[in-house]
Amino acid sequence: MSVFAFYLFAISVVTGGFFTVVSRNPVHSVLWLILAFLSSAGLFVLLGAEFVAMLLIIVYVGAVAVLFLFVVMMLDIDFAELKAEMAKYMPLALLIALVILMQFVIAFGAWETNAAAEGLRAQITPVDRHNTEALGLILYDDYFLLFQLSGLILLVAMIGAIVLTLRHRTDVKRQDVVAQMMRDPAKAMELKDIKPGQGL
Amino acid sequence: MSADLGTILPEILLSLFAILGLLGAVYTGKDALASALVWVTSAVFLGLAAWIGLSGEGTHIAFNGMFVDDGFARFAKVVILLSAAAVLVMSEGYMKSRDLLRFEYPVLVALSVVGMMMMVSAGDLMALYMGLELQSLALYVVASLRRDSARSTEAGLKYFVLGALSSGLLLYGASLVYGYAGTTLFSGIIQTAQHGDVSLGLLFGLIFLIAGLAFKVSAVPFHMWTPDVYEGAPTPVTAFFATAPKVAAMALFARVMHDAFGGAIKDWSQVVALLSVLSMLLGAFAAIGQTNIKRLMAYSSIAHMGYALIGLAAGTALGIQSMLVYMAIYVTMNIGTFAFILMMERDGQPVTDISALNQFAKREPGKALAMLVLMFSLAGVPPMLGFFAKFGVWQAGVDAGLVWLVVVSAFASAIGAYYYLRIVFFMYFGSEDGAIEVNGSKTLWVFLMGAAAIIGIAWVPGINMFGIGAIAELAATSLVN
Amino acid sequence: METIILFAPLVGALLCGFGWRIFGETAAMWIGTGFLFLAAALSWVVFLTFDGVSQKIEIMRFIQSGYLDTSWAIRLDRLTAIMLIVITTVSALVHLYSFGYMANDPQWKDGESYKPRFFAYLSFFTFAMLSLVTADNLIQMFFGWEGVGVASYLLIGFYYRKPSANAAAIKAFVVNRVGDFGFALGIFGLFYLTKSVNFDVVFAAVPDIANTQLTFLWREWNAANVLAFLLFIGAMGKSAQLFLHTWLPDAMEGPTPVSALIHAATMVTAGVFLVCRMSPLMEFAPQATAFITVIGATTAFFAATVGLVQTDIKRVIAYSTCSQLGYMFVAAGVGMYSAAMFHLFTHAFFKAMLFLGAGSVIHALHHEQDMTNYGGLRKKIPYTFWAMMIGTLAITGVGIPLTHIGFAGFLSKDAIIESAYAGGSAYGFWLLVAAAAMTSFYSWRLMFLTFFGEARGDKHTHEHAHESPMVMLIPLGVLSLGAVFAGMIWFKPFFGHTNYVADFYGIPYEEAVSHGDGHVEGAEDAHGDDVAKAAGKAEHHYAFAGAPGEGALYFAPDNTVLDDAHNVPKWVKVSPFVAMVFGFLMAMWFYIWNPSLPARLAENQRPLYLFFKNKWYFDEVYDAIFVRPTKAIGRFLWKRGDGDVIDGSINGIAMGIIPFITRIAGRAQSGYIFTYAFAMVIGIAVLVTWMTLSGGAH
Repeated sequence: MSVFAFYLFAISVVTGGFFTVVSRNPVHSVLWLILAFLSSAGLFVLLGAEFVAMLLIIVYVGAVAVLFLFVVMMLDIDFAELKAEMAKYMPLALLIALVILMQFVIAFGAWETNAAAEGLRAQITPVDRHNTEALGLILYDDYFLLFQLSGLILLVAMIGAIVLTLRHRTDVKRQDVVAQMMRDPAKAMELKDIKPGQGL
Repeated sequence: MSADLGTILPEILLSLFAILGLLGAVYTGKDALASALVWVTSAVFLGLAAWIGLSGEGTHIAFNGMFVDDGFARFAKVVILLSAAAVLVMSEGYMKSRDLLRFEYPVLVALSVVGMMMMVSAGDLMALYMGLELQSLALYVVASLRRDSARSTEAGLKYFVLGALSSGLLLYGASLVYGYAGTTLFSGIIQTAQHGDVSLGLLFGLIFLIAGLAFKVSAVPFHMWTPDVYEGAPTPVTAFFATAPKVAAMALFARVMHDAFGGAIKDWSQVVALLSVLSMLLGAFAAIGQTNIKRLMAYSSIAHMGYALIGLAAGTALGIQSMLVYMAIYVTMNIGTFAFILMMERDGQPVTDISALNQFAKREPGKALAMLVLMFSLAGVPPMLGFFAKFGVWQAGVDAGLVWLVVVSAFASAIGAYYYLRIVFFMYFGSEDGAIEVNGSKTLWVFLMGAAAIIGIAWVPGINMFGIGAIAELAATSLVN
Repeated sequence: METIILFAPLVGALLCGFGWRIFGETAAMWIGTGFLFLAAALSWVVFLTFDGVSQKIEIMRFIQSGYLDTSWAIRLDRLTAIMLIVITTVSALVHLYSFGYMANDPQWKDGESYKPRFFAYLSFFTFAMLSLVTADNLIQMFFGWEGVGVASYLLIGFYYRKPSANAAAIKAFVVNRVGDFGFALGIFGLFYLTKSVNFDVVFAAVPDIANTQLTFLWREWNAANVLAFLLFIGAMGKSAQLFLHTWLPDAMEGPTPVSALIHAATMVTAGVFLVCRMSPLMEFAPQATAFITVIGATTAFFAATVGLVQTDIKRVIAYSTCSQLGYMFVAAGVGMYSAAMFHLFTHAFFKAMLFLGAGSVIHALHHEQDMTNYGGLRKKIPYTFWAMMIGTLAITGVGIPLTHIGFAGFLSKDAIIESAYAGGSAYGFWLLVAAAAMTSFYSWRLMFLTFFGEARGDKHTHEHAHESPMVMLIPLGVLSLGAVFAGMIWFKPFFGHTNYVADFYGIPYEEAVSHGDGHVEGAEDAHGDDVAKAAGKAEHHYAFAGAPGEGALYFAPDNTVLDDAHNVPKWVKVSPFVAMVFGFLMAMWFYIWNPSLPARLAENQRPLYLFFKNKWYFDEVYDAIFVRPTKAIGRFLWKRGDGDVIDGSINGIAMGIIPFITRIAGRAQSGYIFTYAFAMVIGIAVLVTWMTLSGGAH
């Protein structure tokens, strides 16, 4: 049963990836991508990594892919034209793809790992622990450094997004909370003493 | 854990400084504080460099081997910090006068430097990738800092997309290596990857890793982003690209090759040699047609990375030593040269056209002479320091039996001399008046003259290249043993 | 002090050559001259106070690479001390003389500055020469050797507007290259065998070298012989010995003070100095020294024959120099190095004086050099005449036979001729005696043609002939003192008895048991002077001892030439005097009593006359054998090799291939991201394929 599920998901990942690349309509591409994500999540479930699987669905499918979808829809790019440009390289690209593929077949066909490597292989999720719990232990203990670094990376990404996009426009009125709260009738109103005959 | 934290204290302090600087600037003067922040950041870099350089000794391993603090890392860190400090200070005036100086700039540079420091200390494929991404992401942003310029944004975008591709290659390689070696720790990989016992799959992983790293050092054929990004990015950013990240990437390259694949030197040495040859030749040939000095410096840096890779390809301690010396000298030359490029302007607008330098020597003999020294050094004309850099890697190459590589390198060096000397030719014998002005920035002048002086006098017997050879030797022996 | 002597000329040269714009011309020239006089004064102090023990004064580390370990050091021994006074004295006087001689040179227009340059070259030459003679190792010596070559080139070609001067300068340089090649090979050989170029080490290793075979030019040779021979090739070039002598007469194109300094007193004697310096090696190289003797004697004879018929006053003296150098080499060749140095020493004085005197004559006659246009100048320029007279008396060797009283040349030349006889070289002896007669003839011929008889040539010039200024006469006066007294004063240390010579040069000596008694009688008779008597009979019981390298010179235990020379038959001792008188009488006959005779003789003996006149046709033969073929090869390599092949291929690469590659590289840089990404993927594919094919094979 699980073997059947594995091949089902595996095939659908590969299919999804393939059609992401080849489909003419970019919206279709993103949809195919979502399929690939979902299938990968299925594979993770089969491996017993539910947390990662859920993460994949929530983050990649729920956020990233949907964001992609919006971007693709909003951009007015004639993908057909770009593809025409790329089509010139297609034969060569196919050749190279074939070459690399062949070599991978050679290399991976004889999948032999070093004897020492087996001993080094990291422990799979401990049996007595919860998947998520184990993940947390690794993240906050063994991989503490990497976890913090990831935080820094995200910080940089945030700064970058702000630096590159935030513009302080002077021609729009902005809400100034402090000014708003400190407002009193004296500031809000101004009494003008208009002499008769000089007004409207 | 506390010992671990002690080991990475410089990195922690720098990160904290970046975060505090960011917060402080956001809540107070914002961009008005940018100049001050630039100077403070430089001072922090200098302080850290002094600290790391003077106090560090021995080899410390932290976080289960993910972080290695040894002589090699310290050498690279000092060079990175010093060059970053120099470039930051150099960029202040330029950015300010062009209204580009934002307070995020020094913060991003600082975070990028944290990334570089992580890279050179990486002892694990994941730590490697984290450091790499941290520095790259910051660099992508600063590349497109001039966001209203199509060229600058294009540069940033190209760099980002291609960088993502290279990260993909690198990660693919890392996962292959993990698959075959069973671990991401370098200390674990080296046990499984001994020569004669390396499976083809692992080699493929190695190749992809090399490809990702080669992108960062802009070695051919993973160099294509370099000219466009160098040209498009604001000049101070280009100066930054050409210095610290190159040192970090090269050091990381050396670390991965020796720490993780030290048992399979023969396997990667030939790949590195190939990259080196291609880089040197392409750097020499393609630069000839350039008229933009920034683009020219891009090809120049490609070629120079090729020369430095000879030291890596040698696969010996001497090779690493010569590579480190090469990088240090290369950074010095580039700081001087970019100080000059930053000065080039006409009517307050930056000029990057080489022909603008016509008859420059008549107006500014001192600066022209300094530039001449730098160009001679970049071309590798004795007795300038650049020659000794090349000589060092050649020596290491010959010692390691890579005579063919050295011969090709000498050939490429001869061709490459053409475009450096062409700049000198324009300055001294140019036909019509280039009418370029140079701004009178004292800071830039100090860096130009300082670099030229270092380059020009280091050969004097008593000075002995400021003792860098011995320091690099110490660093190299801590990596290769 | 020695360091000051060595560097004072260099400082003078630099200050004078580069500083004259600041100090002004005259001041700059005086600065250069002042430094030279300082060096000269110190040199005399060193010479007179020197005790004969070799000293070594380190200046700086020079080259250290592998076995090669040389420092720049001054080796101060007697040889050096002698050379120091010769060089600095003559140089200082020549500097002084040049104030007058170069004052108004017709080669330059008004307002052109040439004098400081001349003085700077002279001072630079002096520095180079001093570094040659003070060398402590062969590398340093080679530096000085080439330094004087450069200075000589610059000074011969000083009148660079004259094509003939340029040609002469190039010729001097190129011919010297041939010699230097030999010298360099000799140095390489010594380094190869001893792993050192320092004299001490080399000398100590000489006995081993003498037992070594060396393959050179596809044959096994005795190492000492072949190395001595190679070094002598260098000496031949610098000292203008036969086959490599052709440059010296042409070098007379330079200003006359240059001829006096470089081509009479100092540089050309460097070869003799080299052979004396390498005396430990020479003593172990019998075949090489025999060769030296033959070449020296032949040169002495050959140059004298050519000197007989030359009409250019400077060329006569140039051939005379060539001939006298031959004498010195004969002395060195038969193992009598101190006699060679003696002649070098005295020759420096009288030959420099002859040149300076000739310069004074030329100066007086507005740069007329042809003797056939001279005559009757005795009254016009009396001081110059008397100076030349003393010089001529010295070079021809006038003195009282069988005593030690005479002009400088008398003592030193006789010493050489006696040594040649005692050294067993009959060939050398007879040629030298013949050369002595001819020396006398051409020297007196020069005097008679110049100062006696009727004034020939341009009347106007002759009437305006004027005595030279004091700055030119003073050097003549000082040198004339040397020409008169140098021989008598220093006869003993140079050519006296063994113990004097040994003391002088710091050579160990010991009592000789085996020989001497038999000769005592003859020696008593021969050396009638008080000094020899005071030394008593004991002197003959001394013989040179010590190992190679001890002392300034080395005499092998079996080298008894010095004693033998003192004991040669009387007719041998008298023979040079007789030859001199014969030459003098012939000159009188030819040029005073019967002035029409030379022309008739030249007519009768036309082939011989032309043979001499054209310097034995050496230049023509060399032109046919070497110069023309070389030029032809050069032209071929230039037109075909350099022009077509090298330029062609370089231009092809630079203008065709490289721009092509550059264009391709430029086109690849399309600006499209997908192109760039594609390039990366191709790169990956190539690397992976390569890895599969090579690395993955195992």
